[in-house]
Amino acid sequence: MIWNPEMECMPIGERRALQFYRLRNAIRRAYEKIPCYRKKFDEYGIKPYDIKHLSDISQLPFTTKDDLRQNYPFGMFAVPMKQIVRVHSSSGTTGKPVVVGYTKEDIDIWAETMARTICCGGGTSDDIIQIAYGYGLFTGGLGVHYGAEKVGATVVPISGGNTNRQVMIMQDFQVTMLACTPSYSLYIAEVMEEMGVDPASLKLRAGIFGAEPWSDQMRKEIEKRLKCKAIDIYGLSEIIGPGVASECEEQNCLHVFDDHFYPEIINPATGAPLPPGEKGELVFTCLTKAAFPVIRFRTRDLSCLHAEPCPCGRTHIRMERITGRTDDMLIIRGVNVFPSQIEEVLFQTQGVEPHYLIIVDKRGALDELTVQVEVEEKIFSDEVRRLEELQDRIQKQIESILGIGARIQLVEPKTIERSMGKAKRVLDRRLQNGA
Amino acid sequence: MKLRQISVFVENRTGRVAEVATLLRDGNINIRAVTLADTHDFGIVRLIVNNVDEALKILRDNKFTALDTEVVALEIPDAPGSLCRVLDLLGKENVNVEYLYGFVERSGEKAILIFRFEDADHAVKVIQANGLRILSGEELYKL
Repeated sequence: MIWNPEMECMPIGERRALQFYRLRNAIRRAYEKIPCYRKKFDEYGIKPYDIKHLSDISQLPFTTKDDLRQNYPFGMFAVPMKQIVRVHSSSGTTGKPVVVGYTKEDIDIWAETMARTICCGGGTSDDIIQIAYGYGLFTGGLGVHYGAEKVGATVVPISGGNTNRQVMIMQDFQVTMLACTPSYSLYIAEVMEEMGVDPASLKLRAGIFGAEPWSDQMRKEIEKRLKCKAIDIYGLSEIIGPGVASECEEQNCLHVFDDHFYPEIINPATGAPLPPGEKGELVFTCLTKAAFPVIRFRTRDLSCLHAEPCPCGRTHIRMERITGRTDDMLIIRGVNVFPSQIEEVLFQTQGVEPHYLIIVDKRGALDELTVQVEVEEKIFSDEVRRLEELQDRIQKQIESILGIGARIQLVEPKTIERSMGKAKRVLDRRLQNGA
Repeated sequence: MKLRQISVFVENRTGRVAEVATLLRDGNINIRAVTLADTHDFGIVRLIVNNVDEALKILRDNKFTALDTEVVALEIPDAPGSLCRVLDLLGKENVNVEYLYGFVERSGEKAILIFRFEDADHAVKVIQANGLRILSGEELYKL
């Protein structure tokens, strides 16, 4: 089912006209209401009415996470506090959090795009949706919640954590859809196995998973172990929260709800716009948001846009799944390394569990890369030789893909910390060692 | 002809092997033979115990990765040259040994060798054809 065929299947030409109309309004509002934008635009010598075509958007200055932080907490709000009905905040894992505000209408837009997301994943008013994203300042829980209610589904607002109970409720309430981070879904699968619950006995049909980058191999693993379709969803609190883009049941790139959030891809080093099909950093402009209208926000997420139509009938531009973040990128001995590359190697190395930790150390002047991999029974052997072969195989593949050596450390199962939210895959110890 | 050995994966961390031993003690499991193969990062504890199923359950319940592996136990005289003779014999018949460990049962009388072969069935045939005595699981578990 398509939630809003009029908007989601709108002919491209019409949508471009709508986008341009909305863009002009958004820019004018930002310029008039937010001092930070007025200052930025003036420095660039640009006025809102200089934007005469959609493509002129590339003349506008970027907004960075730093801009948002410097205006902590409410400096980027375009409406008086009286009109703000809710605030959320980013996790602040990489520094001071960013506080975002919503008007009543913004919450409605959010529910609308999340309703689209749920329908993209095959959800309808018949579904029972277990929301295991955290509720609270994090946008995941409440974002999905309002969308699910809008669709008319039955919401189980369980939030993250207490995994045994998650499994019990999934069984007892006959839950059909699960919403959480992909890494948490695998942890749920693990607990399910420990509890002796057969996933095939559940009613679970689909999961909408997001809030962290994940690979296609991880999707296969989730689908195999939870016996449900795994749909990649995308969003970020600076734009609205979850509901910015979603895969449909074709599972071929994510539809960006571009009547509300206008995407661009830029070269992260130069800021130059890149054409569809080229990989770079995702940049979003909020076309309709009243309270927190960011212009050309640099997400630091790496992706690629595709303009070709999707067989599902939606005409939105599509983005590829996030392959990494510009700030996730590790520079090891001068080589750019993304955790997702290592994850792919591990999934391809037959039988290796998805639980891993990348550790970076500095020995003298040299960076050292260690990858801890949990040894499950299915890959364990009583012969040292076979385990060493496994280490070698992973090591060689990492070397052939990244061009640098890594030490593969086999560790006991369940020794790497499980995450209820975003998985922590990297431990960079170079700074704390005073390097 | 083959008997069951338990192999446990342990990280190279202080006290990890002791934990295996403690769990088995608490489960009233008697260890007949034990050996530790170690590398830089990890080790494999190999155990012959009196109650294989119970020991495996205890270890797995406590989140250890443990395997049930088939090995062959051989009785040889406790005298100089015994090991050498057995290995020569196996070598001549192209029997490949993955690993082995041994212990003396009664000094000056008997020693027992535990073998993990690449092809256990072939190895057993060769051993039997040469009149060497293979110990059954029951004999070894009850030692």
